[in-house]
Amino acid sequence: MCLAVPGRVDALAERDRTLMAEVDFGGVRKDVCCQYVPDVSIGDYVIVHVGFAIQRLDEASALRTLSEFESMGILEEEFGDQVALAAKQAGLAEGAVQ
Amino acid sequence: MKYLDEFSDPDLAKRLLDQIHQATTGQWAIMEVCGGQTHSIIRHGIDQLLPGGVEMIHGPGCPVCVTPLEIIDKALAIARRPEVIFCSFGDMLRVPGSVDDLFRIKSQGGDVRVVYSPLDALKLARDNPDREVVFFGIGFETTAPANAMTVFQAKRLGVPNFSLLVSHVLVPPAVAAIMESPTCRVQAFLAAGHVCSVMGTSEYPALCDKYGVPIVVTGFEPLDILEGIRKTVLQLESGRHELENAYPRAVQAEGNPAAMDMLRDVFEVTDRAWRGIGMIPGSGWRLSEAYRDWDAEARFEVGGIRTEESAICRSGEVLQGLIKPHECAAFGKECTPRNPLGATMVSSEGACAAYYLYRRLGGPQSAAGSAAEAAPEAAPAEPVGAARG
Repeated sequence: MCLAVPGRVDALAERDRTLMAEVDFGGVRKDVCCQYVPDVSIGDYVIVHVGFAIQRLDEASALRTLSEFESMGILEEEFGDQVALAAKQAGLAEGAVQ
Repeated sequence: MKYLDEFSDPDLAKRLLDQIHQATTGQWAIMEVCGGQTHSIIRHGIDQLLPGGVEMIHGPGCPVCVTPLEIIDKALAIARRPEVIFCSFGDMLRVPGSVDDLFRIKSQGGDVRVVYSPLDALKLARDNPDREVVFFGIGFETTAPANAMTVFQAKRLGVPNFSLLVSHVLVPPAVAAIMESPTCRVQAFLAAGHVCSVMGTSEYPALCDKYGVPIVVTGFEPLDILEGIRKTVLQLESGRHELENAYPRAVQAEGNPAAMDMLRDVFEVTDRAWRGIGMIPGSGWRLSEAYRDWDAEARFEVGGIRTEESAICRSGEVLQGLIKPHECAAFGKECTPRNPLGATMVSSEGACAAYYLYRRLGGPQSAAGSAAEAAPEAAPAEPVGAARG
């Protein structure tokens, strides 16, 4: 269980009294909650699971993992269109489900 | 060693494998708890690169697979309601309930939405105050902090039209249940790395002592798994049974204290039935008293649920490590990712999906699972949704 993807913190801001970051995952950018890694700084790498940073990670390890995930197609699975993926798996055309 | 060149560092992979081969003299059965690790093992043929004396048994760590059928059926009943926007992670969409799944309800007009983060569901609730927004909060300890924070925020921000359908499960009680089973063959565990990133490792030494098993915290990438297996085999061969951390770059012994504080506030331990396995005492989390107003089970009257599992699906035995996926007579025949009988065939973390996608195994007659039958290039081009858990 529990894939988590490393990404780089590009921006930090308080929103709804919660520390939120813009995180770059090898070109894909997402809003990520950093409330569980409160000492994080811009430029740090974090391990992100379902939009939440759960630990920090050193840059070299993060870049190695990102490159491995990219070559295995995991980034596309993680950040791609989940409904389209499910439709394809079910053998339906992607337009069949809105 | 036909797959070695697929590793990111083939030289390191070969060194780790050589050490495992040199160390192995006995017959060992090692369970990888996590379904993400199962997929990595099967996809890279790691099980086939190991010495004959080391068998990998696939564990129950596929969160959508062990979510109880009754909860799935409740989710489906709630998702059918016209006032509800039902939000879920993508890998739950095609998990079969008794008669339906979320994907079909969506295609029949139900407002089912896939979100990246549970906070996206909370935002939907704030943007749609006239609708009820329900998030399907399942998963192991890795996912629970995200759901906990979302309910905490719903309460703090006063979002009354948000609720969580909760079915969290916990790894250490499952390890104990596996070891207590009279049919247990497991002699060691690879513990799930990211569960320990959150929870730390303090719960495991007592399990090592009580059951005499090595437990090695292990990551998800192929080289991480080889290193976890290497450490485990060295322990088994020397008669040790200790907790070791083979994933120190992401796991600290104390875990993530901020996340653990939030979990203790929002959730409380409860007994939980695991799909295909049964009741495991103290193996789940539910919302604590202070957050019950955000519990979807309490908010929506969904009585009259009568669950019915497939009569031929053996996913429960797969989840307990009692059989390998291709030893089920329905594997690849009545049961495929397109028409799954059990959740293990549809989830990106299910063992049956891993064998179907990465191995060409015809069914029980090819149960030997020899390397010659494994041909990743022959895998059907059916993607499985992103892994979560």
